[in-house]
Amino acid sequence: MGDHDISKVEELLYTMKVEDVMAGDTIVVDPELSMAEVKQLMDTKQITGVPVVRGDRMVGIVSISDVIGALEKGQLLRPVKEHMTTDVKSVTRDTSVIELIKNLGRRGFGRLPVLNGEGKVIGIVTTGTLLRSLLTQMEMSYQKKEQEKLQRYRASHIFEDISSDDTSVVLRYIVDDRDFTNAGKASTMIKKSLQRLGAQPPLVRRVAVAVYEAEMNLVIHTDVGGEILVTIRRDRLQVSTVDHGPGIENLDQVLQPGYSTAPEWIRQMGFGAGMGLANIKRCSDVMRLMSEPGAGTRLDILFLFGPGGLSGAAGLPKKS
Amino acid sequence: MTIRDIIEILGGRVLVNSGDLDGEVPRGGAADLMSDVLAFGTDGMVLMTGLTNPQVVRTADMAGINVVVFVRDKTPPPETVEAAQESGITLISTGYTMYEACGRLYQAGLPGRGWVKIEEDFS
Ligand SMILES: Nc1ncnc2c1ncn2[C@@H]1O[C@H](COP(=O)(O)OP(=O)(O)OP(=O)(O)O)[C@@H](O)[C@H]1O
Ligand SMILES: [Mg+2]
Repeated sequence: MGDHDISKVEELLYTMKVEDVMAGDTIVVDPELSMAEVKQLMDTKQITGVPVVRGDRMVGIVSISDVIGALEKGQLLRPVKEHMTTDVKSVTRDTSVIELIKNLGRRGFGRLPVLNGEGKVIGIVTTGTLLRSLLTQMEMSYQKKEQEKLQRYRASHIFEDISSDDTSVVLRYIVDDRDFTNAGKASTMIKKSLQRLGAQPPLVRRVAVAVYEAEMNLVIHTDVGGEILVTIRRDRLQVSTVDHGPGIENLDQVLQPGYSTAPEWIRQMGFGAGMGLANIKRCSDVMRLMSEPGAGTRLDILFLFGPGGLSGAAGLPKKS
Repeated sequence: MTIRDIIEILGGRVLVNSGDLDGEVPRGGAADLMSDVLAFGTDGMVLMTGLTNPQVVRTADMAGINVVVFVRDKTPPPETVEAAQESGITLISTGYTMYEACGRLYQAGLPGRGWVKIEEDFS
């Protein structure tokens, strides 16, 4: 693990709550159930401990070691209430994960039930559920979280509020290949973000059209998807799409308006006119296409709009 | 010409009403190619199209178009309707063909983009 990953784990431990790491719809048992039935339940459900609930309240917890104890004493037909542990530590849904870890795994606390205000069991945490949730969270792109925070920020003032010699806002979007349900969503979000940042409509439109064409190329022409990076500065904006797809053999050829390798089913959806790159070029100030067959493709698109472009004065349309 | 006028001229059905039907529509266009929509689309334009997939709505949104007319009585799938509701685009369906829907609106005075030479800009 790199330093970045370690700090990410730390961040998660401090920001996540029990509700983020617990398993919901918990299996519970009645105190009158026999230990034999509990043993059977644990076998079939592959679990090692179950909260014991009377009515809506938790009255104890019964674990596999309690079952072994009952077995040794030949008391498997006795009810759970005689063998369960009644001194149970529990947590609530908004207990912090860092607090949880202090208790979980200690002697006798392999699992902690999650209770609501009324003492009702609403979930359970084990080291297993904890690790799984942490991993899932880790997989979620760090950049995505950063960007969510940015969106919540009063975006339109960012360039005034933050003082530096060169402030830039970086947005990153992951685009899946062949995912037509979500295709275009990144562009929609970029368009919204620009509007929030105070970009003038002609500029928003130029960027939206170019980035949408570029996004659709990731969806249509790669077999692995890719990512879109938008770097916004006070006076200019760069969009880069990067993919590790099939790459392009002949760059001059694909830049020709009308050239397309899109298959028939793509054409039936209205794409594949071979006009995408031409549209991007027309909308932008500088376009650079780089590709390595078999390794991937990178497209850089630059928009220049001068210092007033993101607030007040209109963004300069390139050509009308 | 307002959206309401367009609905009347085309005998249209409103599938999604996302705004002011009395809003002014400056011009119209028609395409089944998404890149064409992106090339000639302008703010507030009405788009006539024979395609009904959600990409039509997203494409229109990117081009600043806020009214889409489906020709030949096509009914879009729910995802398209949802996309339109999300992005504030009005959807209309008409029984006329693309040719006739455009012809009727043009005849009633709705202009197009004029002569658009896409390749001219391409250097
Ligand atoms: N990321 C990419 N990876 C591999 N090939 C690509 C990529 N982007 C574009 N191409 C190639 O470039 C060609 C031209 O792209 P362009 O966007 O201009 O047109 P199109 O996508 O085929 O059609 P349209 O954009 O009009 O729907 C594509 O048909 C494809 O062969
Ligand atoms: Mg394309």
